[in-house]
Formats: sequence, C-alpha cells, structure tokens
Amino acid sequence: MSSTRTTPPSPAGTRRSVRRPGDRVFAGTAKGAGILILVILAGVAAFLVVEAVPALTAPAEDIPGESGLASYVAPLVFGTLLAAVIALLVATPLAVAIALFIGYYAPRRMAQGLGYLVDLLAAIPSIVYGFWGIFWLAPKLVPFYEWLERNLGFIPLFAGPASTTGRTMLTAGLVLAVMILPIVSAISREVFLQVPSLHREAALALGATRWEMIRMAVLPYGRSGVIGGAMLGLGRALGETMAVAIVLSVSGGITFNLISSGNPSTIAANIALEFPESSGIDINTLIASGLALFVITLAVNMLARAIVNRRADFSGAN
Amino acid sequence: MAKRIDVSDLHIYYGNFLAVENVNVSIEPRSITALIGPSGCGKSTFLRSLNRMHEVIPGARVEGKVVMDGVDLYGSDVDPVDVRRQIGMVFQRPNPFPTMSIYENVAAGLRLNAKRMKKSDLDDLVERSLKGANLWTEVKDRLDRPGAGLSGGQQQRLCIARAIAVEPDVLLMDEPCSALDPISTLAIEDLMTELKERFTIVIVTHNMQQAARVSEQTGFFNLNGVGQPGRLIEFNPTEKIFSNPDQKATEDYISGRFG
Repeated sequence: MSSTRTTPPSPAGTRRSVRRPGDRVFAGTAKGAGILILVILAGVAAFLVVEAVPALTAPAEDIPGESGLASYVAPLVFGTLLAAVIALLVATPLAVAIALFIGYYAPRRMAQGLGYLVDLLAAIPSIVYGFWGIFWLAPKLVPFYEWLERNLGFIPLFAGPASTTGRTMLTAGLVLAVMILPIVSAISREVFLQVPSLHREAALALGATRWEMIRMAVLPYGRSGVIGGAMLGLGRALGETMAVAIVLSVSGGITFNLISSGNPSTIAANIALEFPESSGIDINTLIASGLALFVITLAVNMLARAIVNRRADFSGAN
Repeated sequence: MAKRIDVSDLHIYYGNFLAVENVNVSIEPRSITALIGPSGCGKSTFLRSLNRMHEVIPGARVEGKVVMDGVDLYGSDVDPVDVRRQIGMVFQRPNPFPTMSIYENVAAGLRLNAKRMKKSDLDDLVERSLKGANLWTEVKDRLDRPGAGLSGGQQQRLCIARAIAVEPDVLLMDEPCSALDPISTLAIEDLMTELKERFTIVIVTHNMQQAARVSEQTGFFNLNGVGQPGRLIEFNPTEKIFSNPDQKATEDYISGRFG
C-alpha cells in the first residue's frame, strides 16, 4: 500500500478552521491523558532522585556494606539483569513457538482453549509462583544442576558447586520465564493473527510450505510486535519482587555461576527483603537502588524502541 | 514451460456449500484465457482451484479432475506445494512482502525453490524477471528499498516479476488490474501479451473490454441466484463470445443487460 499522508493545508495564521465542540472536547481529553502519563512519570522520577540524594552524597562507610553506594548497588543491578536475561532467553522462543502453534498449527477449537490457558498463567499471583518455585521447581532441578556441574562444569556458567536446595539464579530465571511467558505469547499471538491473509497467500502461491510461509510472511511482519512483547516481559522480569525474593538464595556478589547457592540478589527483591528493617540512610540507599532500576527499565524500553524503528520502512505498517 | 490444463467434472465446495458446479474446460498453452461473469459467480474460486490455493481456506475442497499435461493436480500423491511452484498466481490487490526489499521480493520464490544460488546468478534472474515485468528501468536504482513503497501499478508488476521469476508453467491472474488506474492497466495488458509467448495465462476480470482486448479464449460464468452454485455457461474463442455467443445469458451479460 502506498502511504496516504495528507499534508495539512495551513497558510500560516490566515484563518482558524471551524471546529466542532465534540472534537475540541475529545482533543482536550486525549491531550490531558497524554500529559498525565508524563506528569506521573516525572513525579516518580523526581521522588526517586530526591530521596536518593542523601545516599548518593553520603560517605562510603554509612552505606550498608560500608564500601560505598556503587559497590552496594552493582551486584544488585547485575543480579537483576542476569535473572531477567535468563527469563527472556528462555521465554521468548517458547512464547513465539506457542503463538505460532496456536495461530497456525493447532486445530481451531484446541487453539482457543490453549490460548485461554496461557492467558490464565498471567492471572496467578507472583507469590504463588514464588512458592511453586521454592517448593516444587527448585528441588526438582537439583539433580539437573548436579548433572550440569559434572558434565558441563568447564563452562563458567555451570561451574558449581551445585546448590543442594536448587534455589539458584537459574531457578529464579526459570520462574521468571514462566511468569513472563503469557505476556510475550499473548502479544505475539495477536500480531501473528494480524498478518494480512494477502501476504500469507502471496507466500503460499509461490509454493511455500507452511513453515516457509511463516518465515516469509508471518515472522517478519510480527517481528516488531514480538520485540514489543518481549520488552514488556522484560519489564516485568526486571521489576518482579516476591517470586525472586522467595526463590533466590542470596549470598555473595557478582558471579556468572548460575547453579550455586551463592547468588547476587535483584534490586526489587532486595528492597522487599531489607525495607522492613531499614531506617535513615539505609532507606535512602534502597531508594537509590530503585532509581537504578528505573533507569535500567527506561534504557531497555528505549533500546527496544530503537530496534523496532530501525527498519520502520519495512515494518509493513506503511 | 507453458502447459495445457484440462478440467473435467470439477465441483468446488466451501464446507458443504457447493460454490461452483461441474466445470469442464480445456485451457490452451501459450495463450490468454479470460474468465468473466458477475460478482459471486465463482470465477475467482475456479481460478484458485487451478493451483490448489482454494483449499487454503478452512473447509474448502473440490471434487473432479484438473489435469496438467497428464498429471492430475488433485491426485493423492501430489503435493499442493509443488503444484503452486508450477502454477504462479497474481492477486487482485498487489501484495509484495512489506518486510522485503524490491530485490528480495523478486528473489523470494527463487529462495524457496533453489537450495543455493550464486549471488551473480540470482542478480541476473532478478534483473531478467524485473525486465520481463517491464519494471526494471523504474526500480533498478532502488532495489534495496521496500517493495511497499512503489505505486500500486508498480507493486502489481513487482508481483508479476515475483511470480514469473520461478519460471512457472502457468500464470493465474485474479483481477490483476481492478485496483489500478488506466495507464497501469495498459502497462499490465501489454505485459500479458508479451508473457503469453512463454506462459499459459488465465485471467479473471470484471472488465469485459479487457477480456476482449487481451484474450484468445473466454469463459463466461454465471449463477441462477444467490445461494445457487456458479456454472461455466459458455467457453468459446473470445471473438465469438463478443460477437455471436451461443448462449442468451452470455449475450445479455456482455451487452450490459445485467451484471
């Protein structure tokens, strides 16, 4: 489709066009709603910055750990990113596969039920995921971790010693993966279903098999939607508090060892666990770590936007 | 290259609904066969049954035979994917892949068929196909731009280039000009006249003048009423259809008394 862009005929400041009251009211409401988002965002950012300033300016020995804010926050940032990245790497391919199965392979009746079930995963409270992770998933994973240590121990990720409780970074990442699965797959499913039949038939008429049709027409068309869904999932994984707080066994700092019991905490889980026993500068420190999470999330979203826009010409939206 | 198609006793269904009834027709190679008729008479459905695109719609099926050079396309051991690789199709609305460049669009079918192709061979084929579709001079400086950025007529010629790039035996065109202006339409009609030297072409059109201008054979489809199956009323040389048709209904339709 050629782009139908209309240029507004506006001879600068000659006369005002006639506008209906309904139009004006709607424009005002929409503008107000848009501004409200910015105000809320600015308010949160301002709160975080103001409350974090005492921690930012405090001498190093006043910060918990007594070696400065940076070395307090760094392991948390690392843990947050690591858990979220594991979740994303596991969940995204799975979610895309689920979405493709529901959209293009499953019999129609089964597809509906399956889609409903996946959506139901999103309705489970995160604390339930936490309990599921610690009481069911973690013990089940222990033999697997031992196997990893024995056979793939030369890879630093699986160096071990394998945790005997299973409450590792990898377990936390997997629990997060299950939690973000419904978001990513629901959005992927929607964009895949929106691929115009015109494009799908174009591929089929060229002699594409179903999988080739998906590769030629469906995946490229849905790409930006999948990335958007993955970023929403990443946002949830970055900020997830309870499940991680319950599952992850925290001790020690930055490490890529995914299967040992010494793991860095994540920002959100750390705030939840430390906050009840904190006062004074400790609270400011926690808020400073919250500011770091805010910045990370913002950066991730901007990055995602940049990826989506890079090939905007080819997006299929024109 | 350019094979003949013999259709016998073909019934086409959507679920339990009989959409087209009992078609018997022979389509000659290296010629243009036009299918005309009022909306809903089943001519597009019939066209889509020739390359097994009909069955892409859930519940859609056919009974009867479509034989291309001795092979029944609906035989139990025939893969519809292979059929579609031999019988190309151009749709009513131009549908280049929006996520692909002009070059990639033309190469799309080749990438499906050939395992590995040297870059230079592929370049040659893309150029030849675009020249074959009379589009080369307009796009040769912007092959890496999105195909969706072209005008409607150019997009449709891009789709024709994409279809002929894989050297099909037959080219099906489903109202290829209905979304285009008269100048683009003329360009595509000229192109069809060139392409019939190499391909068997079947075109569905609402434009009777177009059928009269480009085709050698014309089939007239009609239906008795809503909910009734469409039928091939008359199939004759185009000259005869437009001057002295056998059937009264054909004469009524081409003279504009209905439809």
